[in-house]
Amino acid sequence: MGIIVKNGGFQTTVQDFGRPGYQRYGMAMSGAVDRNAYKMSNILVGNNVYEAVLEAEMMGPVLEFTTETVIAVTGADMSPKINNQPIDNYRAVRVQPGDKLSFGHLKSGCRAYIAFNGGLDIKKVLGSRATYTKAHLGGLEGRKLKAGDTLEFRLPFSVPNNLEKRFVEPVVYESDITVRVLLGPQEEKFTAKGIETFLSETYTVSPQFDRMGCRLDGPVIETVTDSNIISDGIAFGAIQVPDSGMPIIMLSDRQTTGGYAKIGSVINADIPKIAQAKAGDRIRFVLTDIETAQDAFCARRQANHEQRLKFDTLIPGNRIREFNVRIGDEEYRAMIEEL
Amino acid sequence: MNQPIIKISSDTSLAIEFGSEISYEINSKIRAFDKALAAEQIEGIVETVPTYCSLTIHYEPELIRYKELREKLETLLAGSYEGQSGPAAVIEIPVLYGGEFGPDLEHVAEHNSLTPKQVIELHSGGEYLVYMLGFTPGFSYLGGMDERLATPRLKTPRVLIPGGSVGIAGAQTGIYPMDSPGGWQLIGRTPVKLYDPRREQPILLDAGEYIKFRAIDQAEYDRILAQAEAGTYQCKVTLREEK
Repeated sequence: MGIIVKNGGFQTTVQDFGRPGYQRYGMAMSGAVDRNAYKMSNILVGNNVYEAVLEAEMMGPVLEFTTETVIAVTGADMSPKINNQPIDNYRAVRVQPGDKLSFGHLKSGCRAYIAFNGGLDIKKVLGSRATYTKAHLGGLEGRKLKAGDTLEFRLPFSVPNNLEKRFVEPVVYESDITVRVLLGPQEEKFTAKGIETFLSETYTVSPQFDRMGCRLDGPVIETVTDSNIISDGIAFGAIQVPDSGMPIIMLSDRQTTGGYAKIGSVINADIPKIAQAKAGDRIRFVLTDIETAQDAFCARRQANHEQRLKFDTLIPGNRIREFNVRIGDEEYRAMIEEL
Repeated sequence: MNQPIIKISSDTSLAIEFGSEISYEINSKIRAFDKALAAEQIEGIVETVPTYCSLTIHYEPELIRYKELREKLETLLAGSYEGQSGPAAVIEIPVLYGGEFGPDLEHVAEHNSLTPKQVIELHSGGEYLVYMLGFTPGFSYLGGMDERLATPRLKTPRVLIPGGSVGIAGAQTGIYPMDSPGGWQLIGRTPVKLYDPRREQPILLDAGEYIKFRAIDQAEYDRILAQAEAGTYQCKVTLREEK
């Protein structure tokens, strides 16, 4: 065994990197909305970065452990506690059978990630363990967690190297954010005034936000005639503007295609800010270019990689050789370090 | 036809627009290009999503940057990728029309001054091109419905439409792959599963294929349903020569 769910929280689902490869069949990508926090939670507990974790929105779950493991909570600060004693966000914590993880007040952000050493033992559907609630698939019976559910760990527990050093500075999520955007693919559907409005005004996150999209309120973005296009593909972070003139930033559970014009997209390096925004938070958009956006994307991957090596090396400065071993449809991580 | 245009759709995806209208020619050009692109096996391309008149390409900037990918695509677009499609599959979808499963069949008939029997004959008489999939897993955007069947959507959408329902919305016809709310005029239901995660290919249809509806009775519906539930039902597939 591994975990007994005592309380599911507001909306806690099993998530991983998502379900690429099936968008051409109308299957949403799904997966963690805040990819940064998701990956870091796995890195902290010594997992492969693609291992399944729990994503908790607004209010965390209550979990009781039935076996020993190492956990890490990243993303939103929901005042995590073990046996009612506060623990740090963004730190690996060893837990014993009988220990209880619970959460308190939401201090910053919107979505927290809870990773477990060895990952969650969930059957893959179309190559992923991510829950897609709209189609009732993936994760635990395609739904959010509820009291009485049990989860098991996929791999046997192994204490990760440098356990006491496995922490990083927590990300603080602000209520006023600026995110970088690229224009397109349908910017010609908007007037110059509309684009000006989009790039200069402040938008507020509406209460209708979910894993599919972050809906915003604010000044109307003017279109030339209307917002209808012949349905085309939708990117992670795409900013759709329906006829209401109110933008929607498309997230993990977005539909694969859609018929509203997209004025632009939030660059991947900044999507975590949107993932952590909640009703009432204010967002401004600032234009960037594709080279800057892709530099930022690659820099983030590199930083994650280096952080991982730093945690895993037994002797500081030592070189680790790392292999991804594929057995069946599962990936395992193997490391070799000369001592 | 104008030259295809490559557009940035995010820092991890781009869209190639092949035209700006729904037409067989544009759509088949996209499918041909999609095939040619797949054969190239460009490292860094994660997946492609063909739609009515564009192809969205999702990629990993770590493996290939926008500029380099764009150059490769331009070269490929300048070459001769068309006319390699070959015959298309026509997949037969058995449908029990009317009754409990097709509560709007009478209305569709009335709206178009037809009898329900004529509606069934017209609807099951044609072959429909799967232009694209989207909206929900396995939902196919079909072209080719007889315009004598066109009927506006319901004024008030239904809260729950069972998966397999076959409906009409305006000039379009389609099949709901899974239970969902919706405003289509329901004329029947298929026992076939458009989405079944147990199958090696979980989504039954693919863009570029055709479907053909065949009217069945309750006894056959029940028989096929039992096979579909057991995962043993195979749709009849024929081939049609493309223009």
